[in-house]
Amino acid sequence: MSEGRGRLVAELTLRRPSFTLDVALEIPAGQVVAVLGPNGAGKSTLLDTLAGLLRPDAGRIELDGRLLTDTRTRVHVPAHRRRVGLLAQQALLFPHLTVRDNVAFGPRCAGASRAEAARLAGDWLADVDAADLAARRPTQLSGGQAQRVALARALAGEPELLLLDEPLSALDVDVAPAMRALLRRVLGGGGPGVGAGHGEAPRTALLVTHHLLDAVVLADRVLVLVEGRVVEDGPAREVLARPRSPFGARIAGLNLVSGTACEGGLRTDDGTLVSGRPGHGTNGGPAVAVFPPSAVSVFRDRPDGSPRNVFPVLLVALEPHAEVVRMRAGVPAGGPDWLDGLAADVTPAAVADLGAEPGVPLWFAVKANEVGIHPATR
Amino acid sequence: MIPGAPVRDRHVVGVGLPRVLWVPALVGLALIALPVVGLVVRADLARFPELVTGGAALSALGLSLRTAAVSTLLCLLFGGPLAAVLARSGAPGLRLIRPIVLLPLVLPPVVGGLALLYTVGRTGFGGRVLELWFGITVPFTTAAVVLAQTFVSMPFLVVSLEGALRTAGERYESVAATLGASPATVFRRVTLPLVLPGVGSGLVLAFARALGEFGATIAFAGSLQGTTQTLPLLVYQVREVDVDGAVALSLVLVVVAVLVIAVARPRAAEGLG
Repeated sequence: MSEGRGRLVAELTLRRPSFTLDVALEIPAGQVVAVLGPNGAGKSTLLDTLAGLLRPDAGRIELDGRLLTDTRTRVHVPAHRRRVGLLAQQALLFPHLTVRDNVAFGPRCAGASRAEAARLAGDWLADVDAADLAARRPTQLSGGQAQRVALARALAGEPELLLLDEPLSALDVDVAPAMRALLRRVLGGGGPGVGAGHGEAPRTALLVTHHLLDAVVLADRVLVLVEGRVVEDGPAREVLARPRSPFGARIAGLNLVSGTACEGGLRTDDGTLVSGRPGHGTNGGPAVAVFPPSAVSVFRDRPDGSPRNVFPVLLVALEPHAEVVRMRAGVPAGGPDWLDGLAADVTPAAVADLGAEPGVPLWFAVKANEVGIHPATR
Repeated sequence: MIPGAPVRDRHVVGVGLPRVLWVPALVGLALIALPVVGLVVRADLARFPELVTGGAALSALGLSLRTAAVSTLLCLLFGGPLAAVLARSGAPGLRLIRPIVLLPLVLPPVVGGLALLYTVGRTGFGGRVLELWFGITVPFTTAAVVLAQTFVSMPFLVVSLEGALRTAGERYESVAATLGASPATVFRRVTLPLVLPGVGSGLVLAFARALGEFGATIAFAGSLQGTTQTLPLLVYQVREVDVDGAVALSLVLVVVAVLVIAVARPRAAEGLG
C-alpha cells in the first residue's frame, strides 16, 4: 500500500477572466507539494479542478492510474468518486452534526456501518488529539479545534490525494504552530506519533500556502504559481536559494540551512553547529534553521567574542532591495555547500565600508536567538 | 451555527437612533395593531363560544384547516424542488423564471382566481382536457379551493426556502462531495438539515397565506357551504346579516394568525429578507 499510492499526473487548462490556469504536473506517490503564489494566481482554482469541483477547458488528470478527467474523451469523474480530500481555510464542519458524526461522515459514505464509522471516527479524532471533543457540536469548538476535527474528517475519507487550501491562515498565531506540527505528522513527514493503524505511508498532498515556513516544514517540493503558470518548481531549498521569478525572490526573503536538530540548534551534514531556538517537535530529526537576511551582520574579518553563528563566505552578488542591499553568499574554497545562496541585508553605507564586491571573502554572523529551528521533511 | 433570534447584548450602546424616527414608527405600529384591538373590543365575548360553534362556522373552519393543510403540502412537494432548482441549478433562463414565481405575491388574488378559472375552468384549455379525458370538473369544488390557495401561497415557501439555500451556500456540499457523498446523500444529509429551519418557516408562512386566502378562492371556487366556503368567505358572507358572528369568526382567524406568527416569527423575517 505504501508505494504507488496517490501518484498524480495532471495537465490542465482553465480560462478565467483574470488569468488562464495552464499547468502540467506530476507528483510521485507520497510527495507533499507546496503551492505558493500571489493572490489570484490560480492556486485555489488548481485545487478545485483536481477535486472535481471545476471542469477544466482542456486537460487530463490521472490519480494512481485512474483517469479522473479527460476533456478529449469527455471523462469527468464527479467529486465524490475521486478519493480526493479537501481541507480549506475554514473548517466547514457540518453544523447539524456532532464532531464524531462529522468525522464519521466519510466512512458512512464509503459504506461503513454506523458502529464501524463511529469507531473509525474515534480513531481519527485520537490521531489529531481531539478524542475528547467527539460529543461536541461544531459551535462549541475554537478555531484550532475545529480545524483539527476538519483534518480528521478529511483523513477519515481515506483520500488518495489530500488538498490543503491555506489550512493555517484562519488560525490565531498561537495555535498555528501546533496545527502545523499535526499536519506534518499526518502528511507522513516522519517523527513520532504517526497514528497506529492508518497513515503510515506518506500521503500525496498539495498544500496552498502564503507562508514560506509551511512550505519548508511540510513540503518536499515547492511550486510557484504566477498568473496561472508554474514559474518555479523544485525542492524548497533550491527554489529559495535561487529564485528565478520576482515572486520567488520575494518569498525567498529567508535564509534556510538544513541539517539535523540537536541540543541548542542544528547540525549540518558537514558538522557545523548552527545555534538557534528549537521549535515544535524538533528532537533529533531532520530540521531547517531559518533566519531573515536582516538578521545577518557582515564583517570583513572574523568577529569574535560574541556567541554568534559565524560563517566564512564568498560574496557572489549584490542586489539592490528598496533601502538595503542584499548580499548573496557563495561557497569559499573548501567550504560547505549550504552556504550557497545565503543572503544578508546591509545598508549601502555598509557595502561601501566593507569594500564589498563580488569575489570578496566575508564573514556572515547571526545571533542564535534570530535563528528558528523547525522540523523538516527528509 | 444555525442562527436563532439575535440576542442583543444589553451592554452594547451602538450609535443610537434618531428620536424622531419613533413617531412614524409608532404610527405604523398603531395602524397594524389598533384594528385588531378594535375587533376585540367590538366582539361579544359572552356569546363567542356559541357564535363560533354554529354549523356553518364549524364546517367553514374545518374546510379551511383541511384545504390549507393540503395546499401547504402541495407547496412543499412542488415548491421545495422549485426552490432547490432556482438556488442551485446553473441552467440558463432561470433569471426569467424567478419573476414568474413571484407573480402571485404581487398579483391581486382575484386576478389569480380569474386566471385559474379561464385555464382550468370548463372553457379553459386545461379544463377542457380534464373534462374530456378524465371527466373532471375543477371549478367550484374543494379541489379548486386547494388549487387557488396553492397558487397564492407557493411563492412564500419558494422565497423563504431559496433564501435559506443561498444562505447555507454550496461550500458544505462541496466538502461533503469530497468526502465521498453522492449528490443524493449530500442532499439528504447536508443540504436538507441545513435548510430545515427555512423549510419550517416557509411552511408556516404558506399555511397562513392559504388560510387567509379569499380573492382567488371566491373567483375560482365560489362560496358553497361545506364544499368551498372557507372561513374568510364565511366571514365576508355573514358580515352584513350577522355582525357579531362575523366578528367572532374574524377573531378565530386572528388567533390562528397569532399562533402562526408565534411559531415562525424569527426565521420568517429572515427568510423573506
